[in-house]
Amino acid sequence: MQPTSHSFPANARAGLADPILQTALGLARTGFPQRRQEAIARLPEFEELREQGRAIKDHALANLDFYLELYERNVTAAGGQVHWARTAEEARATVLAICRAANAKIVTKGKSMVAEEIALNDHLEANGITPVETDLGEYIIQLRHEPPSHIIAPAIHLMKEQVADAFREAHTELDPARPLIDPRALCDEARTVLRPRFLAADVGITGANFLVAETGSSIIVTNEGNGDLTQILPRIHIVITGIEKIVPTLEDAATLLRLLARSATGQEFSSYTTISTGPRRPGDLDGPEEYHVVLLDNGRSALLGGEFQDMLRCLRCAACLNHCPVYAAVGGHAYGWVYPGPMGAVLTPALVGLGEAGHLPNASSFCGRCESVCPVKIPLPKMMRHWREREFAWRLNPPVYRSGLRLWAALAQRPALYHALAGTASRVLGWAGQLRGRFRSLPFAAGWTAVRDMPAPQGRSFQSLWTEQQRRSERRR
Amino acid sequence: MPEPARAALLVTCLVDLFRPSVGFAAVKLLEQAGCTVDVPRAQTCCGQPAYNSGDRADAKAIARQIIAAFAGYDYVVAPSGSCAGMVKVHYPELFADEPAALAQAQELAARTHELVSFLVDVRGMDRVAAHWPHTAAYHDGCSGLRELGVKEQPRRLLASVEGLTLAELPGAEVCCGFGGTFCIKYPEISDKMVTDKAAEIAATGADAVLAGDLGCLLNIAGKLSRRGSSTEVRHIAEVLADMTAEVPPIGAPANPSPAPRERVASPQGEPGEGARSSRQFAPSPRPSPPVGERGF
Amino acid sequence: MSAARDDILGGIRRALRRGPLSADQAAELTERIAAHRRNLVPARAAALDPAARIDLFVAMAEEVQTTVARVSSELDIPAEVARYLAAENLPAELVVAPDQSLDAIPWDTRPLLHIRRGRAEAQDAVSLTPCLAGVAETGTLMLASGPGTPTTLNFLPDTHIVVLHAGQIVASYEDGWDLLRARFNPPPQAGEMVRPTGGPEGADGAPLLPRTINLITGPSRTGDIEQRIQLGAHGPRRLHIVLVEDAPSQV
Repeated sequence: MQPTSHSFPANARAGLADPILQTALGLARTGFPQRRQEAIARLPEFEELREQGRAIKDHALANLDFYLELYERNVTAAGGQVHWARTAEEARATVLAICRAANAKIVTKGKSMVAEEIALNDHLEANGITPVETDLGEYIIQLRHEPPSHIIAPAIHLMKEQVADAFREAHTELDPARPLIDPRALCDEARTVLRPRFLAADVGITGANFLVAETGSSIIVTNEGNGDLTQILPRIHIVITGIEKIVPTLEDAATLLRLLARSATGQEFSSYTTISTGPRRPGDLDGPEEYHVVLLDNGRSALLGGEFQDMLRCLRCAACLNHCPVYAAVGGHAYGWVYPGPMGAVLTPALVGLGEAGHLPNASSFCGRCESVCPVKIPLPKMMRHWREREFAWRLNPPVYRSGLRLWAALAQRPALYHALAGTASRVLGWAGQLRGRFRSLPFAAGWTAVRDMPAPQGRSFQSLWTEQQRRSERRR
Repeated sequence: MPEPARAALLVTCLVDLFRPSVGFAAVKLLEQAGCTVDVPRAQTCCGQPAYNSGDRADAKAIARQIIAAFAGYDYVVAPSGSCAGMVKVHYPELFADEPAALAQAQELAARTHELVSFLVDVRGMDRVAAHWPHTAAYHDGCSGLRELGVKEQPRRLLASVEGLTLAELPGAEVCCGFGGTFCIKYPEISDKMVTDKAAEIAATGADAVLAGDLGCLLNIAGKLSRRGSSTEVRHIAEVLADMTAEVPPIGAPANPSPAPRERVASPQGEPGEGARSSRQFAPSPRPSPPVGERGF
Repeated sequence: MSAARDDILGGIRRALRRGPLSADQAAELTERIAAHRRNLVPARAAALDPAARIDLFVAMAEEVQTTVARVSSELDIPAEVARYLAAENLPAELVVAPDQSLDAIPWDTRPLLHIRRGRAEAQDAVSLTPCLAGVAETGTLMLASGPGTPTTLNFLPDTHIVVLHAGQIVASYEDGWDLLRARFNPPPQAGEMVRPTGGPEGADGAPLLPRTINLITGPSRTGDIEQRIQLGAHGPRRLHIVLVEDAPSQV
């Protein structure tokens, strides 16, 4: 998909003005944090697990080449095939080639952010193959021809009425007069409509939450069971995922699994955690005959060894989105690409460029809530600041902002002048604002006073008052 | 009572410019906690605006200035979790690539504290002698909360304020939308965040709101007054130092005369615009008695 | 080997500012894997005696809308299944995993139950399967695919009934991994030259897992519409465990 991250401010304004979005975000804003809080309150070891989760991912990343090679050997030994893709284009081509070799017409898909990242659906459609999203949220947004607005709840920006409209428009074979008034009915309809597609699909494509090097397994974590129907019914199962998903052992996976669901949805464990190793075995009555893994780099390896390496620990749990007040204000589409919220603010500039996505790491109050809930302790604000440093070094910020900042910084490095000016500003503004105690508009702070008053200064700077007081007490001595 | 100590006040640029009474309240509290207080003149700002804007060179220059200005004191105390967090957490990050400066930054960081957590955790203060008859919501400033662990300390001291009831504020840990330059760069988003905050404050039924960071307080007070709310907004230091009678709340006009102690509620509706007395509120230089001796 | 593979692995090494790992470093990592060292395992279940562990399993399972019926013997399974199907107003017809562990169930004691053995097909409404283990910490079932345990049984039917023996209930996922390794690739005993089961091997002689391991914690659900949880999104709407308390814990 073509990124629109450069128009983040306009996107954000649109989101703020969208009453449906605001209602939907209002549900998420308190619901997710509360459920997560309840879940971790029941697990006293949670903090220690976060520390271990971080260490596991760091260890895997420091030895990524070794574990990827071991993983590949084990996939191959289990009868599967590993395909390496440097770019989105290579990954798309690989998937298409597998589908073509199988003469595939219908491809079912489990929810995969990597598939979104490489815009796989568009590519398949352009080549005459019908991709069918099977995760309920993904299915809804596929019908609406829009990207996901959240990495684990793709349709979180919608209310049930929009879902009903999308279903009525798409499911023309059903009685137009049917009532579609509640989530239950909508869920049942999706189940009914999608079941034959599961059965008819030639290829099933899923992502992976983890790849286990020691066993050559891919792990998916879902609640609906759609990922499982996607991978056990068609003749071919393709896993498409990033190279950073590797963990050494099942023991390591267990630790991260304990963190994942609690951080994501506040569940103790998701309904389905599925570990897949190779294709169907001799004697098996079901399961795919072919098992392919497409390992995508797409800029990930370049993040190793640098100031953004920590981002590769990301489990895609969405806790940072769920706790971000900026995300909660504007919604995921404002971010203009696949990955929204704090994790997107760090990842998107790395994947589509800082020129396109420079707004994202700036649109943060650095409140730090994302880092405080990240299951693998990714220092998200720090990395957003690193992007801002690059932006400043590469002179990408608006000139007015830059010169204002430099002027202020020069002043801050001259204390005598600074105190003289602060004293004067305090007197002038204090005098001007003394009657009301606040300003309803200030020409040089219009952005502030457009929506809120500016409290008036008390009339003297602290430094001037303190100096006076010190002088008085010295005279008295 | 802990050993006497020399503390330097990191005033913070917002307190310096907008609300010196917070600085004087901090001085009073530090003296009550057995510190002699100095205010280095060579300080301006902690450098956070430059740091958070990616201007590392200027942030470093300002940080060096602060490191020099605050050398030699036992403690450096700021009436702000954000500025204290900048010195304590981010100065060492800033100089990670300069070993000599890093050592100085770490040394300063070890001595630097946010005011209320300093009083409780370092100086062992567990109550204050103050009177403030209000029902107040407390907003946790982000940096103080998440970078410095300031959460329980302000509540503990506020519990000892005579007449004060704390109202539980849902979302107390959610950002108010100030965020330094954030509120200028993305005003609509900031507005949405502070609108939510103001609504949550209103829903508590509290007649006052407190916090430990003037940035949050200017933002919240500005939004509340724009909404026509009469909720009183104050920095926690003014309440703990029992200086509320001497200065009007943030964004309110000066009191015609010092409010009597018996005042039980904030002014209703739009505050009056009557004549105001001098804005001279710096407390007289009488030494404040240590808190332990005042008692109840 | 593909150019893409070489580029990616080379890029990783360049970014990490090193070449391929030395033999010693590689040996260290191989040892780390072989040790299967556990990270922190929460005390929640690990500290319990077998009876308490079973109770925890049941409580955690019920919390996520799994239903559990305790019976005292395998002989009681047909009656319990018949009772459950009647209570849920479901047809007395089910597809049963063709696994030998279920062969001893005396279905003929309930002649009205129509039993088919095999994989699940689209029209099957109810399935019954064995499982490998129950994990007490989250009320999770562990099922392994194989000739007798096709995975379709776990997902296609609307109702999934699982036979779990009390002795199969372990504390943690890690206990489950140990069970898997013991079951599918027991390490050679001292003095033994050949693996006892002779199962398939992964690379470097590592154990090879079954094609599919399903960790199942409650029935299928979704919160994708207004975050209101609905059961039975695509997988089973109902998950029912028949807990057979016929043997003391083996773990």
